[in-house]
Amino acid sequence: MTFDWGPIPPNVDPSNLWGNAREGSAVAVQTTSSVPRQQSSRDRIAVDLGGVARSYRDRRGVPIPALDGVSLRVRSGEVLAVVGPSGCGKTTLLELICSLQRPDAGKVASSPAVLMPQRDLLLPWLSALDNAGLALRIAGHSRARARARAGELFAELGLHGFESARPDELSGGMRQRVAFLRTLLSGKPVLCLDEPLSALDAITRGEMQSWLTGALLREPRTVVLVTHDIEEAIVLADRVLVLSPRPGRVIAEIAVELPRPRRGTDPAAIALREQAMRALSAGARTGEDLPGASDVL
Amino acid sequence: MSSDPASYARSERRSRDRLPRLLPATLFALIALGLWELYVDAAGVDVLVLPAPHAMFAELWGNAGLLWSNFTITAREVVLGLALALVAGFAVAVAIHLSPLLRRAVYPHAVGSQAVPIAVVAVPLCFWWGFGIFPKLLVIALICFFPVVVTTVDGLASVDPDQLKLLRTLDASRLQAFRFAELPAAVPAALSGARIALAVGVIGAFIAETSTPSVGPYAGLGRQITSDLTALQTPRAYAATAVLFAFAIACFYSLTLIEHRLAPWAHKAKGENP
Repeated sequence: MTFDWGPIPPNVDPSNLWGNAREGSAVAVQTTSSVPRQQSSRDRIAVDLGGVARSYRDRRGVPIPALDGVSLRVRSGEVLAVVGPSGCGKTTLLELICSLQRPDAGKVASSPAVLMPQRDLLLPWLSALDNAGLALRIAGHSRARARARAGELFAELGLHGFESARPDELSGGMRQRVAFLRTLLSGKPVLCLDEPLSALDAITRGEMQSWLTGALLREPRTVVLVTHDIEEAIVLADRVLVLSPRPGRVIAEIAVELPRPRRGTDPAAIALREQAMRALSAGARTGEDLPGASDVL
Repeated sequence: MSSDPASYARSERRSRDRLPRLLPATLFALIALGLWELYVDAAGVDVLVLPAPHAMFAELWGNAGLLWSNFTITAREVVLGLALALVAGFAVAVAIHLSPLLRRAVYPHAVGSQAVPIAVVAVPLCFWWGFGIFPKLLVIALICFFPVVVTTVDGLASVDPDQLKLLRTLDASRLQAFRFAELPAAVPAALSGARIALAVGVIGAFIAETSTPSVGPYAGLGRQITSDLTALQTPRAYAATAVLFAFAIACFYSLTLIEHRLAPWAHKAKGENP
């Protein structure tokens, strides 16, 4: 697979950035637990998609629409979850926001965004600490500086003592935390999380959900979280968008106004889950396409 | 970190297993030599056709000085020739990897170069570079080059496309993606190629010595073997072959050790679940 390796295209409006990646440190990490969110910054739009369409060609060159007329906006500091059946173009959506792909139609505007892929993709030859600090090395910092910065956060993420462990010596949950730290240390204002917890077992996933909630409370970022787990979406997000089966379109929007930390078993969360499930199954009935051959996308 | 349980288990296992690991190979060699000795003695095979192991070991002992002198010549050729192949092969593989045009232009010819009989190129090589070690290094490098290129190209291409996407969103340049992801992935691959190349490299040294003339009192084990065979000194030729045999084994495991040192991540302990 190839993709354009040119400079990342200029983004919408640099004044939009919640935390500018260029200025200040690549590590815009604050450890105080109560970061006041300014109303003005919350109203800024960090990600803006209008009527985005994107299709692929299969091996015989037949175009397969992945996304069809998706419009969405994410405010600075908001956590948006996108749920939908397999193959509805969720990953495509994130790659569009991260400028890894271009839309066939419509517009994509976003503050600088970083992708946290489904698999942790830690580099096996780097220690946990060096993996976490990868973005800093890429930004031109020395190895010592990158280690020092990543090291400051290791204890906080429950990784203390594993600084020099190689990825294959870490548990799945730890690897995911290192990957999240690597994403965070890129200093970009928008985090695109692609089913970040789907590879974990149920118990670890629950732990990681509460950990992620805490991390985002301490360290607010704009987050676009893609998942097929409705419960996870409701536990983590401020707002949940439901996509139809392929080609993906937004068919429902659910505001989650529950206090954090949340639990998937809270009655209010279960009610929202019902609402999302109904939207999903309604989408499946009206969709022109049944979800099949899905994991290609 | 020595307190880390994983690394403790690793070093513990290493020291405990070293001796038993050598045992099967030693036993196998003893049994094979024993059967060989029995066959030659029982069937009364002529020493010029197949010398018995005891005759070979007698030559090893009696001609240790001569064998050693020729061995140092051949060993230097193999090690330097292989190093040359490793450097050139790695460089060509990186160039091929980074430039699709170069890949289309060069790769087929790298394959074709394997079919060139050395005798054909040995003459011009000596014409250009004389009777010294350099033409022999080129012959060995030519033979060893290809396995290194193939494995390194595969190693460079083995990096997950999603890994490159990730680096891209971390603002890595193409060169940084190469440096952080592709280059380290290619190191164990190149060394695997070197181990394959080594197997042909020792034969390559034999071919190099017999196809290019030498100056000086010692011309290497390859040259010694051919002259011993024509001089009906068959046991001594077998003794020289035994030296090459042992040398190839030593080189192979040295390369494995180097690989473990340079790319420890590529060797998860077998049969051990973390």
